[in-house]
Amino acid sequence: MLKEIERAGIPIVHMCNLIPVSLTVGANKIVPTISIPYPLGDPSTSEEEQWKLRYHRVEVALNALTEDIKDQTVFNVKI
Amino acid sequence: MKKAIHYINQFFAGIGGEEKADYKPEIREGLVGPAMALNSVIDAEITHTVICGDNFMGSNKDEAVDRILNFLKDKEFDIFIAGPAFQAGRYGVACGTICKAVKEKFNVPVITSMNEENPGVEMFKKDIYIFKGGKSAAKLRKDIKSMADFANKILNGEELSSADEEGYFPRGIRHQVWLESGKTAAERGIEMLVKKLNNEPFETELVIPEPDRVPIAKPIKDLSKANIALVTSGGIVPIDNPDKIQSASATRWGRYDISKLDNLESGVFKTIHAGYDPAAADEDPDRVVPVDVMKVFEKEGKIGKLHKYFYSTVGTGTTQAEAARMGKEMLKYLQDDKVDGVILTST
Repeated sequence: MLKEIERAGIPIVHMCNLIPVSLTVGANKIVPTISIPYPLGDPSTSEEEQWKLRYHRVEVALNALTEDIKDQTVFNVKI
Repeated sequence: MKKAIHYINQFFAGIGGEEKADYKPEIREGLVGPAMALNSVIDAEITHTVICGDNFMGSNKDEAVDRILNFLKDKEFDIFIAGPAFQAGRYGVACGTICKAVKEKFNVPVITSMNEENPGVEMFKKDIYIFKGGKSAAKLRKDIKSMADFANKILNGEELSSADEEGYFPRGIRHQVWLESGKTAAERGIEMLVKKLNNEPFETELVIPEPDRVPIAKPIKDLSKANIALVTSGGIVPIDNPDKIQSASATRWGRYDISKLDNLESGVFKTIHAGYDPAAADEDPDRVVPVDVMKVFEKEGKIGKLHKYFYSTVGTGTTQAEAARMGKEMLKYLQDDKVDGVILTST
């Protein structure tokens, strides 16, 4: 799915937990998520923490869409 | 008698399904689950079964590998076998990960089995023997037999044939062999060249795999004017699943209007993905499709707008061909609305 969208020239960022799989499949821009069943919010933490984490990681993903990269890139996240 | 150790996941150990996928690594003496079937066909005694939850291996790879190598360091074994993993993506990657680590650390032969659609094949086929396996556990006995037949050849010191003849995915390793025909490489090369010049079919002896890479799309210049869309393979749908998207091996997808919503409410949306524990996603679907924060980014002016729909399908057991087709179908709608960039979330 990802590659068909990027093939058309639309930048796309993959937010996922299994980074090696994403690299093998061929995603060019990758932002890590925290787990498989809850990529963007750990239910054992407070609503506020989950919100902060989601806001931060999605912001990293949005900024990644503007980055001029030359190679497959996994973007760093702070929380 | 030679000794073997078998690796399986939490499901095949009978511990549980997705709700137990975080199960920490464990080693048990003797046979658990498919190890029994393997033990009956392999010329070795399976002394131990290692069990690990697929999510634990996926999300805490280093810790999982360290713990398992630690379990194994005082064990004697002549061969290590994992799976079979069929089309189960995380299980396949786990089998590949642990086989590769065991091979590097203990220098014993390692064997696993997966279906060709399993992402673990592409990731690990160069490093280890991966036998071509079935799509589901219905092929358990057959896949175990293929692994055991080959393991027995290794254990008994028999001569091994090529990847195709044995039934594992080619590792890209070249062996020197004597051809019965006695034709030299020069003769074979010329024959191929002549065939090629005559536009006749010929078979190369050295296949160079072509990775399917797409060119990196031009970046967005100004996010504050950009139209951004959300896509997911995490199976988030309206509670009644109006497009009847399958829970595994999906061939259908849907797009759902979020223009009037601030977030994805529990009870209004849910996941129908059968490849992970749905509890967290059902409790707050924004954990998988982050509509709530995207709406805030839209209000704050960080992005120009959030595309009116999010797009969803299920990415477990889904073939690459189906995924590519669905991607192309979604693309039409994205292009119609002049979407500038996409965030795709996966579980």
